[in-house]
Amino acid sequence: MGTELVGGRTVLGTLRSDPPLTLRQTGHGTVHLVSTAAGPLGGDRLELAVDVAPHTTLEIASVASTLVLPGNGESLTVVEARVGAGATLRYAPEPTVLAAGCAHRMVVRLVLEEGASVSWREEIVFGRYGERPGTCHSRFDATIGGVPLLRQEFVVGDPAVDGSPAVYGDARCVGSVLLAGPAFGHPGPGNGGRPGNPRGHASVIAEGCAVLPLAGPGTLVSALAPDAATLRARLTWGLGRS
Amino acid sequence: MDAALLLLADSRLPAGGHGHSGGAEEAVRTGAITGPEDLARFLRGRLTTAGLVAAALAAAACELATAPGAAADQAGTRPDEPAAGAAPESAWRELDAEADARTASPAQRNAARTQGRLLLRSARRIWPSPALDTLAGAVPDGAHHPIALGAVSAAAGCSPHDAALAAAYTSITGPATAAVRLLGLDPVVVHRVLAGLVPDLTSVARTAGARAAWERLPAHAAPALDLLAEQHLRTEVRLFVS
Repeated sequence: MGTELVGGRTVLGTLRSDPPLTLRQTGHGTVHLVSTAAGPLGGDRLELAVDVAPHTTLEIASVASTLVLPGNGESLTVVEARVGAGATLRYAPEPTVLAAGCAHRMVVRLVLEEGASVSWREEIVFGRYGERPGTCHSRFDATIGGVPLLRQEFVVGDPAVDGSPAVYGDARCVGSVLLAGPAFGHPGPGNGGRPGNPRGHASVIAEGCAVLPLAGPGTLVSALAPDAATLRARLTWGLGRS
Repeated sequence: MDAALLLLADSRLPAGGHGHSGGAEEAVRTGAITGPEDLARFLRGRLTTAGLVAAALAAAACELATAPGAAADQAGTRPDEPAAGAAPESAWRELDAEADARTASPAQRNAARTQGRLLLRSARRIWPSPALDTLAGAVPDGAHHPIALGAVSAAAGCSPHDAALAAAYTSITGPATAAVRLLGLDPVVVHRVLAGLVPDLTSVARTAGARAAWERLPAHAAPALDLLAEQHLRTEVRLFVS
C-alpha cells in the first residue's frame, strides 16, 4: 500500500492485497488489516509493503489479533515500510498470538527518511489461555536517515530461556512501541554530535514497563505482562509518559 | 585460541569489570534470583541475549581492527575508502552506533560505555596499538564495552572468535561473581553452574564469530534486563554500578 500527496492532502494510492490478509480503507488515511483466512499457518509467507510518501499521513490498524497456527513448516511475515520526509506513519495492529506448535518468523524493516515520524507497536502473546506457545523469532530493524535507530530480536519458545529472570521472567506477553522522529531528536552532547534525544537519558519505569530514550531520535516503550490486556495497559501508560 | 585470551578474560584484568553485576544485583534485590537454580536461568538467558549480541559486536570490532578492508566490506561502507591501512574513525563510530541501536536502555548504554572506557584506558598501556588510539579518538565518551573488547582482543593478538568467546564469557562471569557476594552462595556451586553453561558459551561464540554484515549481526533483546538496569539506578543502596 502507498500514499500520495494530492493538493496538500493524503490520498491512498495503491492498495492491493490477497487473502489471508486483506487491506480495507476505513477512513481518511486509515487502513485496517483484515484476516480473511485463518493463520498464518506453517508454510505461509505474508509480505506487506508500505510506502508513506513525503508529507503524507497513514494509520494502519487491524480488526483482530493474529493467531499463528502450526502447519507445514515455518510461517513468515515480512513488513517493509518506508516513511518519507515530513510523513507520519502510525502502525498499531492487534497482538500476534503464538498457538501451540507454531513455528513463526517475523521480519520488520522500517526505513525512515530524516524528518519522518513513526509510532510502531508490536505485541507478542505466548499462547492462548493456559497454552504453551510454539516458537517465534522476530527481528525488527529501524533506520533513520540511513543510521540504525533500533535493532531488536525476540525469540520465544525455548522454555530454558523464556522463563529466565533476564529475558521474560514469568511474563506471558512482550510488547513495545517505538516512537521516532524530529520530536525525539536534536544534536546534543553525549551523543557525539549525533541527533539524540531531547529528554536526555531520563527513562521512566513502572512495574513491567519502561520508557527508554534511545541513543538516536526515538523512544522505546517496552513492556512485559502476564496477559494481553495488562500488556496494552502498560504500553498505554508508557506512551503517556514518553 | 591465543594465550592472550586468558589475560583478557581474567577478572583480575584491571579494567573495572568487577564493579558491574549486569543486572544481577537488582534481580537479587527484587527476589528474581534467590539461589543457584534462579542464577542458572538468569545466566542462560543473559548469555543467549545480551551475551550473544556482545560477542558478535566484539568479533566485528576485532575484525575491524585486524583487517579493516574486509570489515569495511561487511559494513557496506564507502568504496572510495582505501581497503588497506588502518580503519578510519568513521568506521569505529559506525560500529559503535550498531551497539547503540541494540541497547535500548540508557542505563545499559551508560554502563557499557563506562566499562568500555575503563578497558580501553588500561589496554592502551598494556597492549599499545594504533587501532586502540583511533577508537579512543573516535568515541571519546567511551565505546561500548564489546567494541572496546574486540579492539583490545586484536591488539593482544586474538582472533575474532577469541574476542567473541571473551565477550560471551564476561557476560556471565561478572553477574555470577556478583551473585556469590550478594547472596553468600557457595562459590563452588556457582562455578558448577558456570561449568554447565560451557556448551552454550561455545555455541554462542561460534554463532557470534560468523562473519556477517554489521546490520545483520544478532540483536537479541532481553526486556527483563532492561527493566532491571533502569530500576537499579533508582535503588538507593547499591554495591554495584550496574
